[in-house]
Amino acid sequence: MSTDTNSAVETKRESLFSKKNRKLLKDPLDDSNPITVQVLGICSALAITVQLQQAVIMSLSVLFVMIGGNVIISLLRNMVPDRIRIIVQLVVVASLVIIVDQVLKAFQPDISEKLSVFVGLIITNCIIMGRLEAFALGNKPGPALLDAIGNAMGYAWILLVVSIVREIFGSGAISLPGMGQVKFLPTSWFISEGGFYENNNLMILPPMALITVGLIIWIQRSRNEALIEEN
Amino acid sequence: MAINKNGTGYTFGFAIVMVVVVGAALAATAISLKPLQQANAADKKMMDILGAIKVDSQRDNAKELFAEYVTSRVSIDAAGAQVTVKQGEVNTTDATDPFNIDIKKDYRSHKPSKGDLSWANASDLTFPVFECQKEGETYFVVPMVGSGLWGPIWGYVALEGDMQTIYGAKFDHKTETPGLGAEIKESFFTEKFEGKTLAEVGPTYFSVLKGGALTDVHSVDGITGGTITSKGVDEMLNRTMGIYLKYFNNATQRAQR
Repeated sequence: MSTDTNSAVETKRESLFSKKNRKLLKDPLDDSNPITVQVLGICSALAITVQLQQAVIMSLSVLFVMIGGNVIISLLRNMVPDRIRIIVQLVVVASLVIIVDQVLKAFQPDISEKLSVFVGLIITNCIIMGRLEAFALGNKPGPALLDAIGNAMGYAWILLVVSIVREIFGSGAISLPGMGQVKFLPTSWFISEGGFYENNNLMILPPMALITVGLIIWIQRSRNEALIEEN
Repeated sequence: MAINKNGTGYTFGFAIVMVVVVGAALAATAISLKPLQQANAADKKMMDILGAIKVDSQRDNAKELFAEYVTSRVSIDAAGAQVTVKQGEVNTTDATDPFNIDIKKDYRSHKPSKGDLSWANASDLTFPVFECQKEGETYFVVPMVGSGLWGPIWGYVALEGDMQTIYGAKFDHKTETPGLGAEIKESFFTEKFEGKTLAEVGPTYFSVLKGGALTDVHSVDGITGGTITSKGVDEMLNRTMGIYLKYFNNATQRAQR
């Protein structure tokens, strides 16, 4: 795992894009992906990946909360009393999530309705609390920002891939926020219209998200040697 | 003297400052976004009312379609007497406009006692009803609120001009179980109400039953695995209709005279 703490004394100023910092961005995308390797944040990944537009909004929300939380906690790291640090993290995350929820209700009411409780549940997303506790509390804001972006993107790309697969095969469509759902298959193809094609209803049910994530894990493990476990 | 970061005083101080800062930030966000959220809620309400009379609408055209189909907005008191009638454009800031009656809030503050279908403690409330014209026919849309298993449920039921036959229904919920109680919002459930009629005498005007009821005109089949939510719909319908039928009976008598 790549949760280096900042124990080494920094003799010279490190550039923001040093090798170590690039690793912060890159690792969560593959080697220590929060969903497929650490298996965190699964519940929202299963629940809101029926449509791409929901996954996009959810990913952006998590990105915002993750960056905000990591940077704020990193800035406060020398001030936070040890005994209440978890509560402080929780308050920071919860307030960011409430802000996200309010903004979605005002600007994306339909998607906000579809995401329903899962926006609120970002508070309990283990990825966020995990990064705050493991990384932000011990590192400067710069690396904390990169770590946040890396982990949020690691979460996001899985969500996007799963939702694209599920929406194409489950609804025969692709949707983006602000554009609505675009059904790209001609209606005459469907059995109900005398054609040969039928949407796979299993795809829009939660179990299929689990199977899709499982397939991604399978492909990822077969390609990435670092993840292959020895017997 | 260095500050002891782990002292009780510092910890309390930190907590207090944090709470004040966070509280202020959240209050500012909530207040600044409120007008937009209220406009969204009003659009949603219009879409739901239009949905009950089977008019499809989007957020962008809800206002126009609402103005086109809904001819008057009436509020009635618990005895069934008409209180106000509004026509023309909806004014979301006018407290006397029946459109703005917050029935969810009224329900929360006047929760009926268990099994009380006459809703005895609602005597000081007013209830909105929306009179619609679609293709030359008159429909009355009745909004209602009740309790499901986990939280509130609500709906809009459209009655035909005879004030007995259900033309369309739309239900929604806040936190019912997905796949079970949450199914009340799906069309397979709401379509069962269409064409059914309300009984003329109460207190049970309509039933959502557990099993059967496929041919009875005064009842529909409830949702398997969603018994408590189905019962909530049943209770909500009968309690609300008890009030509205008083008004409708007055109105029919008036028409006949």
